[in-house]
Amino acid sequence: MSLGSNARQPRSPHPAPTRSLTLTNILFGLAVVAIVIFCLAPVLWQVLTSFKLTEDIIAIPNIYFPTRFTFDHYIQLFQRQPFWRYVLNSTFVAVTSTITCLAIGAPAAYALARLHPRGSHWILAGILLVTLFPYILLIQGLLQIVQVLHLANNYLALIITYTAINLPLTILVMRSFFAQLPKDLEDAARVDGYTTVQMLIRIVLPLTLPALVTTGILTFIASWNEYIFALTFITEDTMKTIPVAAAQISGSSTYEAPYGPIAAATVVGTIPLILLVLIFQRQIIQGLTAGAVKG
Amino acid sequence: MSTLQLRHLNKTFTPKVVPVKDVSLTVEDGEVLTLLGPSGCGKSTVLRMIAGLETPTRGQILIGDRDVTFTRPGDRNVAMVFQSYALYPHLTVYENLCAGLRLKKVPQSEIEQRVAEVSRILGLDQGLMTRKPGQLSGGQRQRVAVGRALVRRSDVFLLDEPLSNLDALLRERVRADLKQIFAAQNTPVVYVTHDQTEAMTLSTQVAVLNNGYVQQLDTPERIYNQPANQFVAGFVGSPQMNLLTLPCQGNQALLGNFKLTLPDLPTLPAQVVMGIRPEHVQLATANDPNLIRGEVFLVENLGMNHLISVKVPNANGEPVILRSLLPPHSPSSSELSLTLPSNAIHWFDPQSGDALVKRP
Repeated sequence: MSLGSNARQPRSPHPAPTRSLTLTNILFGLAVVAIVIFCLAPVLWQVLTSFKLTEDIIAIPNIYFPTRFTFDHYIQLFQRQPFWRYVLNSTFVAVTSTITCLAIGAPAAYALARLHPRGSHWILAGILLVTLFPYILLIQGLLQIVQVLHLANNYLALIITYTAINLPLTILVMRSFFAQLPKDLEDAARVDGYTTVQMLIRIVLPLTLPALVTTGILTFIASWNEYIFALTFITEDTMKTIPVAAAQISGSSTYEAPYGPIAAATVVGTIPLILLVLIFQRQIIQGLTAGAVKG
Repeated sequence: MSTLQLRHLNKTFTPKVVPVKDVSLTVEDGEVLTLLGPSGCGKSTVLRMIAGLETPTRGQILIGDRDVTFTRPGDRNVAMVFQSYALYPHLTVYENLCAGLRLKKVPQSEIEQRVAEVSRILGLDQGLMTRKPGQLSGGQRQRVAVGRALVRRSDVFLLDEPLSNLDALLRERVRADLKQIFAAQNTPVVYVTHDQTEAMTLSTQVAVLNNGYVQQLDTPERIYNQPANQFVAGFVGSPQMNLLTLPCQGNQALLGNFKLTLPDLPTLPAQVVMGIRPEHVQLATANDPNLIRGEVFLVENLGMNHLISVKVPNANGEPVILRSLLPPHSPSSSELSLTLPSNAIHWFDPQSGDALVKRP
């Protein structure tokens, strides 16, 4: 079909419309710039702060755009504390939670979408209900569980909690994804001779990849940024995650506010997330089901 | 190679939802059986049970002399074309075609040879092989879907409304292609459709389904010319057959103010359902039997013919409406004399709907 329209194009008497500066276009551009500034200003502030000299940071009036740059805060960040260790801790906890969450959530979502178990509406309502509790309400109960199970200062305490907290979202998102995946594909696979496991791995999984990546990244970000549980369950210095470590950075003397190192820690802690989203953004956007059925 | 047999199939989802009540069919090698019926008549469920995608509640399915009632779909050696085509969107056309063969561990050389043969039959050229289904047009996807079923060289070939997603012009062409492919295949073919033209043109046998039962299992000619009951008579044929419930007087049925002679019946009924196809209602010449006169109140131009609705006056109530298919050059007077040839009239029991006269 696209071939046909291409072939017709050269004969078309109308030239391509030129872009004109209309009032609508200008307003649209201004709105975009305003929104971007509104959203990214705090990030930009942190990034600039991390490169400012300490005098510039505390100078009054504020120096918004520094003229002198330094890497001191970053060097201090890694010299004064085992910051690499914290990055590693965060990575391990977040990756493990994400994988566990997908490994439990995706099959659960598939079962809910395809098998229509009795009372699946109630199950979904229950799952939704769990997401409504603020973390602060859960923390006391969870802390007691952690004490009883002797999980304090153990990565498992965080991994289990993060998995549990992110499961509802994973299940809800994946369920709606599976529900719109054409059932005929699975039927065709079964007629072709795939066993259930082969079908899930070779047909369903590749098609589900965009949804898995999307929910996986959401879980990863949530686990990576989580603060309260990480603060409460882990006291051992070498096991801290980035948010806790960053909050606990202290100055070189009691009277020094460590704005620079904190800003540097924030930037270091954010870079992996940005990279992750950039790497997988094509997967997130890609509509792999296009062409599966008549569209 | 093999015969497909269905014995008293029943599928009960819940006590109130019984799409297939009791269906028995036999499809021989090289036969094309069409399951024809309105939506919700159970035809797709029958097909899915043959494929193994649904398990029958009661009954047996045999392919050759193997009982496959509870066999996994992959082990039945059936191939199926889905209405939505259900091509694997992440695989190329070539991989789609040979997915089933690779699972069966068919040697690569034979896969290549079979795929080449099928793409020759279907006119899928080499350039298409590396494309993904999303980059194909509707017609090409349809051919790939048929091809994926053909390469399997299965014992039974199933098609679930394979033409319903194509536009009218393409549908006619693919229908002709399918007929040739079926003729070349020496396996039982089961074809599900709600389109009577497809059923008439493609099949050697038609099973008209309604309400979970087979209403009539016959050749297309007999389905059309000798419908076993009122449902089949009304469902098959376009424009629809005239079906009129008429009171009887002795051995005559009253059509408005006119009388039609009933055939020889063991008992004379009080009421009958008279059926006659619009194309069999003809303009009358002077001394035809079963002559009626009526007032023309609607003319629909179908191109080849005019469909004319005639109001036949009735002294004992509402006028009776009869539709007649006449050539476009017929006289366009406001009143017409029509004849109903008695060998084209079908008589049905108003209660059971069954044909009163069983013709050989």
